[in-house]
Amino acid sequence: MAGRFRRTLATVRSTGAVPRWLLYIGGATVLVFTLVALAAPLIAPYDFDQYRSDGTRFPKLGHPSGDHPFGTTVQSLDVLSRVIWGARTALEVVVLAVVFSLIIGVALGLISGFVGGWLDRVLVLLMDALFAFPYLLLAIVLSFLLSDAIGSGVVTTALAITVVYVPQYFRVVRGSTMSARELPYVEAARVIGAKPRTIIVRYLLANVVQSVPVVATLNAGDAILTLAGLGFLGYGIQPTEAAEWGYDLQRAVSDANAGIWWTALYPGLAITVLVVALTILGEGLNEVLNPTLRRRRAFAFLLPGRSASTQAPVLAAKEPR
Amino acid sequence: MSTLVEVSKLSVHFTLRGGALSRLTGRGSAVVRAVDGVDLTLRRGEVLGLVGESGSGKTTLGRALLGLVPATAGSIRFDGTELAGLPERRIRPLRRRMQMVFQDPHAALNPAMDLGTAIGHPLKIHKLTSGEAETRTRVLEALELVGLAPAERYYSAYPSDLSGGQKQRAVLARAAILDPSLIVADEPVSMLDMSVRARTIELMASLRDRLDLTYVYITHDLATAKLFCDRIAIMYLGRIVEIGSVASIFEQPRHPYTKALLKAVPVPDPSRSAPRDLPRGEIPDASRPPAGCAFHPRCPVAFEPCGWTGRDLRAHLEDRWTRLGASAYEQESRVFADFPDLEFSPVGDVVVAPGRLHTASDVLTVLNDARADAPDDPLWRGVTSMSVRDGKVVVGFASPVEPRLLPSPGGSGHVACHLHHPS
Ligand SMILES: Nc1ncnc2c1ncn2[C@@H]1O[C@H](COP(=O)(O)OP(=O)(O)O)[C@@H](O)[C@H]1O
Ligand code: SF4
Ligand SMILES: [Mg+2]
Repeated sequence: MAGRFRRTLATVRSTGAVPRWLLYIGGATVLVFTLVALAAPLIAPYDFDQYRSDGTRFPKLGHPSGDHPFGTTVQSLDVLSRVIWGARTALEVVVLAVVFSLIIGVALGLISGFVGGWLDRVLVLLMDALFAFPYLLLAIVLSFLLSDAIGSGVVTTALAITVVYVPQYFRVVRGSTMSARELPYVEAARVIGAKPRTIIVRYLLANVVQSVPVVATLNAGDAILTLAGLGFLGYGIQPTEAAEWGYDLQRAVSDANAGIWWTALYPGLAITVLVVALTILGEGLNEVLNPTLRRRRAFAFLLPGRSASTQAPVLAAKEPR
Repeated sequence: MSTLVEVSKLSVHFTLRGGALSRLTGRGSAVVRAVDGVDLTLRRGEVLGLVGESGSGKTTLGRALLGLVPATAGSIRFDGTELAGLPERRIRPLRRRMQMVFQDPHAALNPAMDLGTAIGHPLKIHKLTSGEAETRTRVLEALELVGLAPAERYYSAYPSDLSGGQKQRAVLARAAILDPSLIVADEPVSMLDMSVRARTIELMASLRDRLDLTYVYITHDLATAKLFCDRIAIMYLGRIVEIGSVASIFEQPRHPYTKALLKAVPVPDPSRSAPRDLPRGEIPDASRPPAGCAFHPRCPVAFEPCGWTGRDLRAHLEDRWTRLGASAYEQESRVFADFPDLEFSPVGDVVVAPGRLHTASDVLTVLNDARADAPDDPLWRGVTSMSVRDGKVVVGFASPVEPRLLPSPGGSGHVACHLHHPS
């Protein structure tokens, strides 16, 4: 394990300066957001739904001030606290969604790519259908259906987003499984008597997940937008359950006309910065993890020709690959 | 010596589905006859070489021997057990006794697994050890056996830490750890540096003595086969065309293809300079093997029964035009109504229609010119007549006869060639 980690570090060091800085800047920003989310109970001045303290109600649409550095909303909520708690919600939803869709997508992609046949065709059809569906619409329909079945909340929203992203992992993993399936080491696993399940878990999994971290980071950025979109449209997490940037933005729309900028700026900025950070992190990872192509040498033979008049190699044959 | 593997009338065909070409030409889906009616007996303890150019079906035959690819027809008896038609689940326990070494050592090891885990995995799969400690001991022994010492160091190495030769040694260790009876080695040294080839073969030879192994050694290189093999089978387009002891193959080769291989010289990739679209000189497409003896288009001594058809006539004329240049091509190819279609002419007499503004006698003239320019070309031995009928030229061909693998007259081996078995 340590060996593999060292190997990855070595690849990071050997990549170009630009992708390396993308990786560092994106990674650092994402790390800051993650720390803020984790430490929310410690660093947020107030609760996400707290509108008064010591018996006094916070000002309505109060300007940024000492007590409320980011100001307050029309519901007298502290914007700074909303942004911090919003990071926590985003982290919870995105981590759940990415983990769920990664597990489901990778498993289905492996099975589909390895087994092939009608199972593969059915899964591909299903995934293509999901992929072709407008993603926000899909998430809305799903969160609608799910909230009927299991109630609304972080898990419901995460599940709705999960379904949106499963096809991406599926496609990537199925593709690399189908090419890895033909490699000698997979046949070698058959030769030593490994069962299909063993081959998938021990020989294919580790080698087809290379592109998954890239897809996962890019999807995480996308998932933030989907989460915010759901919240903005009112199909997301209910305001009584958690702070959510998209919902806050929607509430702030009317404020903007009245010259009240702070209610929209901070949640909007949080969304934008986090999405951009995740995207450049994803692109940086893509550069680093992109496997380099190996060249192989070809050997060949010349067989003597049968007519002396012919100068060209009459019988020429090439070794494969 | 007793028999370890008995192969009879084995065929392995691959159906190429959804081929755009086959739909385009409307000639049905293509079937590649990778292995086509092979009889073979593998004796316990011997090293049998399978030699032939790439595409002759060596790998497929080797994989079929291990039950890795289903037999289309025929039988493979491994130590008395019929493998053909046996489900994978029932073959799996047998895999303990038959192993494979692959051509590309860089792709034969799981890049994500250290050597200790990779080489120990067969033991775990077949539950041959009582615990981690014993597995580890056995793996260290196997590493020592193949010369990867100090074994402790290689135990935790990853494939990417090794050279090609070391990887191939690790692959051999993974195969040998099961103490198998049979190892199919598919061109095990062809992708290694020249400097380590001989040592790798030596290692395989020493394993044979220590573990009582039987080898099938696949190669396109007769030189290494001579070093390592007891017997050699020469394959061409899915068939064995000659088989015999190393001495008989090298000292008394009988099949013209064997003789050609013996004269072959390795050159660096000629595909860059050689005209690739010359049909003659390339191993033909295994989905459309030539009639009669599949080697006849390239055989310098082919004669009447060897399987001449319109396809050969087309190849001959194309060769002629390649030699004579563009103007000859311009003039002569116009004479034919549908020259490329000669490629698909059936066995038997071929009717050639003249092109627009040309007559049958023009076609006859071109054919006669071609014949006069190269009267010794074996093709003309197969052409029995050329005449004009109903405004078209009819070219008569001798009927093709497939040579069968029969005992070589006055020798110990077998050969499939009409020269040696006139019918
Ligand atoms: N899995 C497969 N599917 C389709 N065709 C195949 C497959 N494996 C081999 N072939 C074809 O069978 C023929 C023989 O191939 P192979 O056994 O690899 O020959 P060799 O090892 O002598 O080079 C070739 O024409 C090859 O394209
Ligand atoms: S049968 Fe013999 S002579 Fe005829 S083409 Fe084949 S190898 Fe040549
Ligand atoms: Mg091969």
